[in-house]
Amino acid sequence: MSDENDGQRFDRLPATDAERTVEGRATREAVVDYFDERFGIPPETFDDYTFWEKGAGKIWIYAGEAPTPLEIEAIGMTCLRTRQEHWKPTTDFAQRFGRHASDCVIELDREQARRFAAGEDQELDWWDGDWGYLIGAHEIGGELEPLGIGLYVHGELRSVVPKGRQREL
Amino acid sequence: MEPLERYRPIVDDFEAFLAACERPLGNAVRVNTIKASVERTLAALADDGVAYEQADWNPRVLRLETDSPGSTWTSFHGFTHGQEEVSAVPPVVLDPQPGERVWDCCAAPGGKATQIAALMNDRGTVVANDNNLGRISALRFNAERLGATSLAVTNDDARNYSLKRFSFDAFDRTLVDAPCSCEGTIRKNPDALDNWTEDHISSVAGIQKGILRRAIQATREDGTVVYSTCTFAPEENEAVVQHALENEPCRVVDFDLGLDYSPGLAEWDDETFDSSLERAARIYPHQNDTGGFFVAKLEVTA
Repeated sequence: MSDENDGQRFDRLPATDAERTVEGRATREAVVDYFDERFGIPPETFDDYTFWEKGAGKIWIYAGEAPTPLEIEAIGMTCLRTRQEHWKPTTDFAQRFGRHASDCVIELDREQARRFAAGEDQELDWWDGDWGYLIGAHEIGGELEPLGIGLYVHGELRSVVPKGRQREL
Repeated sequence: MEPLERYRPIVDDFEAFLAACERPLGNAVRVNTIKASVERTLAALADDGVAYEQADWNPRVLRLETDSPGSTWTSFHGFTHGQEEVSAVPPVVLDPQPGERVWDCCAAPGGKATQIAALMNDRGTVVANDNNLGRISALRFNAERLGATSLAVTNDDARNYSLKRFSFDAFDRTLVDAPCSCEGTIRKNPDALDNWTEDHISSVAGIQKGILRRAIQATREDGTVVYSTCTFAPEENEAVVQHALENEPCRVVDFDLGLDYSPGLAEWDDETFDSSLERAARIYPHQNDTGGFFVAKLEVTA
């Protein structure tokens, strides 16, 4: 337990707690369990992917080949922020893998989706599910499609779509 | 348009070529099949009231009738990515397969690298490199928006690129979409020819030769290297491939493409090229109402 996280390189997540050598580093098991327990994304969704940490708590999901550790600019995409009380998935992860989710998905109509994509907060007191991070979704092209991540508290859905990804639609 | 006069002897129907170069280009997008099928994307565009025309040669390339293709729902969801029609050609010629190791050595801002990932069903390894750190952030942004999980992004000079950091020592396929004088983008960037000089062409050709040679060295025997530019200058096209033929184990091979194009040149000024260069494609703006492009497909022979 003596190693420290090196923010300049990618380190593959240990499979389980027993294999962890860097303090505070999430395990693959914990990440897959989180997506399953919070959003109902089946663990086998991630069978062909590896998870990596670069920067404290920033978790990346990757489909390709790479040795660990690795000093490059990016592998795959950022998917989750750990090392904080409430783990926070990224909007890009929600768009890429959110279709596999069955829980904590809040369905929005077109106008609500438009406000969500623009980064606005909105009162949605009809939601009777969990508070915390939700996947916002709406119907497009005949199917439900994830928009990104929102934070639901006190009857309000706050869009946390990053500024660079927000659009006026 | 004056610099283009030098191409009068090699371009069929030169007046139509010049007229096309004067016309602005419409908005084209590529359907990102990592996130949505073509059918779903077309349905989403219809929901959105955006009219489109599908390219005959590639059902994943759409011409949109909108002034702001970035402000559509399909763009927000990453179903579509703004990419010029001819810019979608090199990855199709490269023909990458799921599970392969592919190198895009001049990858920013990432349109072609993410297209390669999509053609591989996002399975395998796509090493997207660029020497310009500023442009790497655009590449990363696009990769994440389009959901490409098979990309590994590096920031190095492709001419002396090292594979030591990876767990493999050769690529199956490599795309060299080289930095160039960009003459073929004149319809999109009206100032593309403002700083045109033969000196600039000859200095950028030196860089292109270095990148293409390293690309061939880094690709396994029987592997594929595609060389492309968005310029008409033979010094940056046939002459660069000729240099590779003379210095690296490779040959130029045929490919199918459902667009109109002219064959590569057999000679330019005083220089004669290997006859296999005629297997390369010169895509001129008036042939398909697109930008201009050059593509050659090489097979590595040792």
